[in-house]
Amino acid sequence: MTLRDQLEKIRQERKQDIKDVVDLKKLDSLRVELLGKKGPITQALRGMRDLPADERPTFGQFANTVRDELQSAIETRRDELKKAMLNKQLASEKIDVTLPGKPVAQGQPHVIQQIVDQIEDLFIGMGYQVLSGPEVEEDKYNFEMMNLPKDHPARDMQDTFYITKEILMRTQTSPMQARTLEKHDFSKGPLKMISPGVVYRRDTDDPTHSHQFHQVEGIVIDKHITMADLKGTLELIAHELFGNRFNIRLRPSYFPFTEPSVEADITCFNCGGKGCAVCKYTGWIEVLGAGMVHPNVLEMAGVDSEVYGGFAFGLGPDRFAMLKYGVDDIRNFYLNDVRFLTQFSKKG
Amino acid sequence: MKTSYSWLQEYLDIQVSPKDLAEKIERSSVEVDSVTRPSDGMKKIVVGEIKSLAPHPDSDHLKVCQVDVGEDELSQIVCGAPNVQSGKKVIVALPGSRIGGNVKIKRSKMRGVTSNGMICALDEIGFEKDVVPKEWADGIYFLADDAKVGEPVFPYLGMDDYLIDVDVTPNRGDMLSIYGVARDLGAIYDQTPKLNHPKVEEVATPAAGKVSIDANKDLAPIYKMRIVENVKIQPSPRWLQIKLWNAGVRPINNVVDVTNYILLKYGQPLHAFDYGKVSGSTIHARYAQKGEKLTTLDEEEHELNEKDIVIADDQKPIALAGVMGGLNSEIDDQTTTVAIESAVFTPTLIRKTAQRHNLHTSASQHFERGVDRGGVEEAVDAAAQMMHELAGGDILKGIVTGASYDVKDEIVNVTLSRINHVLGTDLSLDQVTDIFKRLGFGVKLAGETYTVSVPSTRWDIHITADLLEEVARIYGYDEIPSTLPSGPTTVGALTEKQKLIRDSRHVLESLGLNQAISYALTTEDKANQFMMRESSETHLSWPMTADHTTLRMNLISGLLDDVAYNNARRVKDVALYEQGRVFYKDSADQVRPSEHEHIAGAVSGQLVVDPLKNAKNNSIDFYQLKGIVEKYLENLAIKGDVTFVATDRYPEMHPGRTADIMIHGHYVGFIGQVHPTIAEAYKINQTYVFELDLDALIEMPKDMDQFEPISKYPVITRDVALLIDKTVTNAQVLAQIQKKGGAYLKSVELFDIYDGKNLPNGKQSLAYTLTYQNPNATLTDDEVNQAFEKVQKTLTSELGAEIR
Ligand SMILES: [Zn+2]
Repeated sequence: MTLRDQLEKIRQERKQDIKDVVDLKKLDSLRVELLGKKGPITQALRGMRDLPADERPTFGQFANTVRDELQSAIETRRDELKKAMLNKQLASEKIDVTLPGKPVAQGQPHVIQQIVDQIEDLFIGMGYQVLSGPEVEEDKYNFEMMNLPKDHPARDMQDTFYITKEILMRTQTSPMQARTLEKHDFSKGPLKMISPGVVYRRDTDDPTHSHQFHQVEGIVIDKHITMADLKGTLELIAHELFGNRFNIRLRPSYFPFTEPSVEADITCFNCGGKGCAVCKYTGWIEVLGAGMVHPNVLEMAGVDSEVYGGFAFGLGPDRFAMLKYGVDDIRNFYLNDVRFLTQFSKKG
Repeated sequence: MKTSYSWLQEYLDIQVSPKDLAEKIERSSVEVDSVTRPSDGMKKIVVGEIKSLAPHPDSDHLKVCQVDVGEDELSQIVCGAPNVQSGKKVIVALPGSRIGGNVKIKRSKMRGVTSNGMICALDEIGFEKDVVPKEWADGIYFLADDAKVGEPVFPYLGMDDYLIDVDVTPNRGDMLSIYGVARDLGAIYDQTPKLNHPKVEEVATPAAGKVSIDANKDLAPIYKMRIVENVKIQPSPRWLQIKLWNAGVRPINNVVDVTNYILLKYGQPLHAFDYGKVSGSTIHARYAQKGEKLTTLDEEEHELNEKDIVIADDQKPIALAGVMGGLNSEIDDQTTTVAIESAVFTPTLIRKTAQRHNLHTSASQHFERGVDRGGVEEAVDAAAQMMHELAGGDILKGIVTGASYDVKDEIVNVTLSRINHVLGTDLSLDQVTDIFKRLGFGVKLAGETYTVSVPSTRWDIHITADLLEEVARIYGYDEIPSTLPSGPTTVGALTEKQKLIRDSRHVLESLGLNQAISYALTTEDKANQFMMRESSETHLSWPMTADHTTLRMNLISGLLDDVAYNNARRVKDVALYEQGRVFYKDSADQVRPSEHEHIAGAVSGQLVVDPLKNAKNNSIDFYQLKGIVEKYLENLAIKGDVTFVATDRYPEMHPGRTADIMIHGHYVGFIGQVHPTIAEAYKINQTYVFELDLDALIEMPKDMDQFEPISKYPVITRDVALLIDKTVTNAQVLAQIQKKGGAYLKSVELFDIYDGKNLPNGKQSLAYTLTYQNPNATLTDDEVNQAFEKVQKTLTSELGAEIR
């Protein structure tokens, strides 16, 4: 057998051997066996010196071709084996993606806080300040400066927790109207503020009454503030908190600190305005009280009611939350059952 | 007040349905609570005529009646009423009918005798027992003889009327009468209501000869009286009874009913005295005297207060003025001469009297909201004339007046530009003039200034703003445009304090705590627990319940109430925080407490509940909550070191597991485990809590975040394990390491702690990693070894540590 025949044989037979190898280790020893220093190709190249000089270049070329072919066959086989191994590993690593995710600790804001924050953000965006006042108030601010003198019949409407004759738990956030009106410097621009907070009434706690609840007061005083501005502002609140498909209607009402006074109703959530038991078949649900600030309130706070005027409104986040989420017992807000608190996603 | 739709129709041409009318009232005047028909929910109740009756074979009191119900054959109905009588028209509930209280009537057998339905009393077809006239209280009701057999009974009893229940605001007392509502609807619908005015047919005898009046004008600015003689007391005609019972008023007799009818119609409370029971001939309107007593018509005896107003004869009080009459001068079947009082009493005095005696009557409610001072005479005239017509009385000549004054229109000015300026409208002069005229106001226009004269029927209107409201509501709030305030721009933003409070909430939520809002009013005991400073209590002077008497001086107690609520409902894992106010008083004399923002947390059970993990050792402990507090404080970026100093000074806290929290040496709060006896008292599981003075945290100077270049030189670490006395704290070790750590010691971290088996008694093993770095050069091992050596030495010499 000529040297060339030998090489040809190797090329034929060993290529098949390479293809038959099933693990990387064996492939590696085969590579050493075939292509190493003691391998047949190296041997053949060494034996080349015995060939006539004119045959050497062609033989040399041929030997290199064989070596390259074997080399590439080995590499191909190596890739195949690696891939197969990886696939095997991946298959063995398969997990049940339906198992639960690992819990992480995350708390939630109280549902009433969510509503208060939403209202605050809405009004901050419209250039209002947010102010908070004392929860223990003077009778003077809570009542007298709100145009409710001592023997005013409307005081019956608000049962009050008194601490002394002159000091009480505020029954409304309205005293912040008087407090800010007293302080505001109108030469520096209009007064636009909201005041959220906790208020207290001498009530027995039951599904619809709580001795503690929340209010958000709002007031805008300037030279050209109108009832139409109030209407537009109230519509905005309704749309922000409940959505654009809700309409509001204003009805005449009575509050000692506003004149004209209105109550605002919103389209019933439950029936969309068609009428149902929730809205007593009117299609409307009362959500807040408002009006044009009574000249007495302005004058008592030292503001010239001939020049300045504006609107005020007061709304109840507890009531909003009850309506929005269908909560049927106001006490839920203050008992803090974790199963209740965690029901309201932060996205509102 | 229940306002009758059909009664209103007597004065107005109402073209809309009762429901639409109610909506219009609501949008233009006052709130409407409901629109109902007395016959709602009832059916197949018809007029029947009892043709004959026979005793029931098996019963003493039952009768077997043959009743014509408009069908071909008579219907046999068994009836137990004592007054059942042949020949009478009665209320028959047919088989398959539905009567009051949603009760279904079926054909049945009563003691073996078939009964095809039921003959009804008024209270069986939805009448409240206390409005059924006395004469019909104990038996079935007889309809008018001309009632048509087989027809529904509802029209004969006014039960087909619609009743609009208006909820009148304190300012709109005028809406508490049919005339008042008719006037307002007249303005709304642009109609002139056809209100009638009485003509009084008097006899020649002067009333002044019978009675004189001595009225204190401060109590009764108007006090008038008429005398009607020779009345014959009997039940009122059905039309009058219907008007009363539909308004929820019980018909009594033709004199009392007239006064109640006039109240419904005019809104003027009247009172009728039996003149024969009055001593002397002078009626006094005065303050009650000490020791006087009066039994009112409801048969309750009242000890009178010297601030109560009474009507009295020469000897005794005969009425609690403006509230309720006295039993001693009550109209009864024998009454022949009636003194009708029509007066105005001072609202505040009436309100207080009604409150004092817990006697809130229709009359007192009217007086509290005011009455039409110009209508006092017309009301007494109308009443007298009706008593003449219905009770055959002779009206003595003239009204006796004890107090009176000239009631004038209220003059109020307003300009058109003011109206449009405040309402945001674009009304014309004519539009506004028209509105005032529709309201029945006098209008004079000079330029664009209206001089409006408001009649006494609208006693709530005094100032320009009141007129603005009238224009707004009659023009219609729906018609007013929607705009937003214009004018100078203002900047809206949260203050630093508000931002920090909001951030505080967000941080604690991100760390796993849910926001709670608890009651600020609590018990005296709980108010005094977990105190961060000394303070006197703030008590309510008149609490509603024993659970809410005192203002809280800590937040934790409220959170523990919340934990208890959860634990009691088998919710074991509770993680809450609260941000709110506590109320401190420096001394008991301080009247008004100061208010401080605090923030507190309470965690019981597991903070993170992983059902796949063994939960036993996963419950909250001191260090987990400490981690939360540390992270929270780190987020606030307050300047200065936060330290935790062991303390046993809180009686409500575990003495060995509580720490004061100090920032740069200033006390800001505490953290630890609730004392087991307190936990037991609250009925809660093991709970860890913290409370922080948020106001103090807000006030403290904050670190400004600044970029610190990240060193490109490598760090070198060394670990050291110490065997050390258990009494030595981690803080002491850290302090010692820091002290001698050298310039390149970057950080020290505790990575192992062991105090279990195989250690000598009283010893613990602590292991720390010390990290060294030179920001400007690569550290050599030699440099680090030297520094590390020093640390080891000092730990041995200063703290007695054995390096392991
Ligand atoms: Zn509805």
